[in-house]
Amino acid sequence: MANIPENLQYSKDHEWIGVEGDIGTIGITDHAQHSLGDVVYVELPKVGETFEAHESFGSVESVKAVSEIFTPVGGEVTEVNEALQDEPEKVNTDPYKEGWMIRIRMKNPGEVDSLLTAAEYEDFTKAETE
Amino acid sequence: MLRTVGLTSAEELFDSIPAEMRLRAHLNTPAAISEMELLAGFESMAARNNAARRPSFLGAGAYSHYSPTVVDYLIQRSEFFTAYTPYQPEISQGTLQAIFEFQTLVCQLTGMDVANASMYDGSTALAEAVLMAERITRRKKIITSTAVHPEYLEVVDTYVQHYGIELQRLDVDASTGLTADEALAALDDQTAALVIQSPNFFGCIEDAHALSEKAHAVGALLIVAITESISLGLLRPPGACDADIVVAEGQSFGIPLSFGGPYLGLFATRDKYARQMPGRLVGEAYDKQGRRGFVLTLATREQHIRREKATSNICTNEGLIALAATVYMETMGRRGIQEVAEQCAQKAAYAARKISELEGFSLPYSGARFNEFVVRAPVAAAELLSRLGAEKEITGGLALSRYYADRANDFLVCVTETNSRAEIDALVEGLKALTV
Amino acid sequence: MSITKVTSHISQNEGLIFERSQPGRVGYRLPPLDVEETPLDELIPQNLRRTDDLEGMPEVSEVDVVRHFTRISTWNYSIDLGMYPLGSCTMKYNSRLNEKVARIAGFGNLHPLASAEDAQGALRLIHELQESLSEITGLAGVSLQPAAGAHGEMTGVMLIRAFIDARDGAGASATRRTMLIPDSAHGTNPASANLSGFNVKTIRSTAEGFTDLEHLRELCAHGDVAGLMLTNPNTLGLFEKNISEICRIVHDAGGLVYMDGANMNALVGVARPGDMGVDVIHLNLHKTFSTPHGGGGPGCGPCCCTKELEPFLPVPRVVKDADAFRLDFDRPQSIGRVKAFYGNFGMMVRALSYIQTHGYDGLREATEAAVLNARYIAQGLASDYDKPFEAAPMHEVVFTDKRQSRKGVHTLDIAKRLIDYGFHPMTIYFPLIVQGAMLIEPTESVGRAELDQFIEAMRSIAREAVEDPETVMSAPHSTRIGRLDEAAAARKPVLRWKPKTATTSA
Repeated sequence: MANIPENLQYSKDHEWIGVEGDIGTIGITDHAQHSLGDVVYVELPKVGETFEAHESFGSVESVKAVSEIFTPVGGEVTEVNEALQDEPEKVNTDPYKEGWMIRIRMKNPGEVDSLLTAAEYEDFTKAETE
Repeated sequence: MLRTVGLTSAEELFDSIPAEMRLRAHLNTPAAISEMELLAGFESMAARNNAARRPSFLGAGAYSHYSPTVVDYLIQRSEFFTAYTPYQPEISQGTLQAIFEFQTLVCQLTGMDVANASMYDGSTALAEAVLMAERITRRKKIITSTAVHPEYLEVVDTYVQHYGIELQRLDVDASTGLTADEALAALDDQTAALVIQSPNFFGCIEDAHALSEKAHAVGALLIVAITESISLGLLRPPGACDADIVVAEGQSFGIPLSFGGPYLGLFATRDKYARQMPGRLVGEAYDKQGRRGFVLTLATREQHIRREKATSNICTNEGLIALAATVYMETMGRRGIQEVAEQCAQKAAYAARKISELEGFSLPYSGARFNEFVVRAPVAAAELLSRLGAEKEITGGLALSRYYADRANDFLVCVTETNSRAEIDALVEGLKALTV
Repeated sequence: MSITKVTSHISQNEGLIFERSQPGRVGYRLPPLDVEETPLDELIPQNLRRTDDLEGMPEVSEVDVVRHFTRISTWNYSIDLGMYPLGSCTMKYNSRLNEKVARIAGFGNLHPLASAEDAQGALRLIHELQESLSEITGLAGVSLQPAAGAHGEMTGVMLIRAFIDARDGAGASATRRTMLIPDSAHGTNPASANLSGFNVKTIRSTAEGFTDLEHLRELCAHGDVAGLMLTNPNTLGLFEKNISEICRIVHDAGGLVYMDGANMNALVGVARPGDMGVDVIHLNLHKTFSTPHGGGGPGCGPCCCTKELEPFLPVPRVVKDADAFRLDFDRPQSIGRVKAFYGNFGMMVRALSYIQTHGYDGLREATEAAVLNARYIAQGLASDYDKPFEAAPMHEVVFTDKRQSRKGVHTLDIAKRLIDYGFHPMTIYFPLIVQGAMLIEPTESVGRAELDQFIEAMRSIAREAVEDPETVMSAPHSTRIGRLDEAAAARKPVLRWKPKTATTSA
């Protein structure tokens, strides 16, 4: 069973976001890390860069594939998970905690409302794999 | 077998090709010949390559060095030369380990952190280095010394023509033969890289360290190209001069002249730029039982995964030539590479002194040199060298008019450990005899 | 009686050469310096010389080197050992005769900057190969300068760009910038197109495995198509039967057709790209014309094109005037030089040797045998493996792991298990559009007995996948090392040897 925490919101690109005030913490879902396989490298932006919602902010690499990662919401990057440079495998082992990727100051926190809930995301992934 | 697959004639194998597209007659190429006939024909063609038989002082990007017998013997083992690219590591460890050793040797010689499994040759390696500098810096201006091999510069021109990269050429100081100091004013905060060659095309050794400081001061990279890789046995490695990317022609490491190829592009850089490199990389890996092996790695940079976003389109490289260079470097080893380099420098110095003592001949450049130098003749060099070949059976060097229309009397002489004193003396005598 | 496997077998445990190195050991001898020695400081100032005495470089004897490479060579699979069924790679037999002629001193010792009059034999050889390749492809212009297939692709795509600018006015290619590439193409195609400044648009394949004509028409309607890069037979091993129509659609839209010649082994002596409407093609001498792959190269990637595109080929061209051959640099419309000197000449010698020893009839026979062998495999495996396309394959055939994957056995496992049967695996997971693809190309260099052994090995693996999947999934079992942890290797890459003392983390 895929692990889909209740307290997060999800995008159809398989990213999750956890919100505290106007700061969103973003990573990729358990489902996403499963289909990627062993993550060997994560390319992340610099603090201060800004992105629109659904824009690519970096990429995740496995041994034989590269996938772009998209931010579910727009805003400015306030923090980057530097630990992933040395231990990209955290994306596999702990995608929702130690495997987080960036924190973003949301330009329009309302964008979160259009994302999927845990239950909706579960249905979405089920439909996708069928 | 035809019947087994349900066919009655070989022609039916091609039924999926529309009939009007199929050849009705045989190809208009020669009929099959035997081994004996082929050998006779090829021997007779080869015999018309007069230059291959003569003592030669040609360099300029391709060098005549002695290659120990074991080099060609080992690369002719079936297991190496008839193997494919090592995508299946369990049955390719021979190739993979050899490449890992090759990458290590290139790093040791150039003083860089990381080297790839090879590029086509020095010229294309330089073009790839220029594109990599653009990727790293996101700047569009490349400044190159005019003392870089002219054919390398032409290749760079071809590669960057659709990339929006602007190339600027720096003059060479007319008295030293080195990249002119005042020309460096062209370096600015739009510059992606400064490109130099050392020893440069005119044989002079650039002060790469001073040039890297100037490039780095504006945030540009320093790319060092080397055509005569044996020089690394004696000269300060680019890595010790803070170069960011080093490309070289590795033909000097035991590879035959073979009319220009196959040769071997060496490509090395700093750890921090490894993911921006073109080409294949081999890395160490372990199996479940902890046994060491080697594997192609960081492949996500490459075309078969990243397609149009790859760092390069290169796929096939120069595998077997890299193996030959590896065998050469390991056989000659720490002492041999230094001794070859020193002999080259000593013999070139001897030749340069003798030629400069001839009436009417001079050496226009004062810069320190390794094994090549420019000679200014009292007459047109192309004609002089052509007569030297026809009358004295010596290939005396390269007339610079091939690349520079305004340098009628200058020619480039290269001396290696394969040129005996007797050959050098015969060259000097020949030049004298043809100009009195 | 039990036999204990010795774990310290010397040829199985050969280390890196650096680990064999002994201070003071040498494996070479040069003649003594025969000129007066000048103090080094007078030749080259200290600050321009290296100071590390090449510390760390190997110090070994000649026999050390020979044993080192001989031992590690036994860890490789090779064509001379057996069948190499790599789809789209054309691993055919490499004749020893070709090796011999490439080493004739008059070729091997020839400097590329020798004057044309002193290199007539080499120029003639290049010219003869150009003529032969022109005849084989049905295309008038040939340049042998590109060093490999991808290099030939780049050259070909640059010709298209230059042609468009000449036809439509300078800078026309800046607006006509779309290069169409099927989703089944080799990765080099989009990478080469990108290197030449084109934007790549992907064309779909139909369920039958052919280029989708409707999608092609739709993409060509935008008016910005510079060309199409098509492999034919395509990478599914199928001849694009609508090739004439495809060329017409692209030409009508103002574009040109580039053909990737990777699969020419299905066509030589039977059909010619020039007769199909193709404008430019690259060949791989290291595939179709038997020059050795050498563990990854060198290659040679001739670029052949129509009369209309010929003025744009790289300089210099090798041309014939009456009885003499020369280099022609005076080509004002040329895209320029793509490589120093004239290309991988040593590979040209081998390829011409292949063409002349085969003759026109041998070239065609090789094509027939290559296609027949692929058909034989297609038939032999159809009962055990899923074959996603109905059409009869040319020189290679694609299967998938669809049936085996139900038991958890995937393409990678089947490939690795094949090693235990003594075969090199087929091309796997390519083309990308076929899930779990296994692309098999036997070439003409195998006889029926070996084809039968291969088919039997594959069937046996199919049985194992049902009865004993674990054995397949943990293969190979017969090799010196098992599957390597490629993820760990990529996370903390170790790309060179370092002395123990200098090694920090990894």
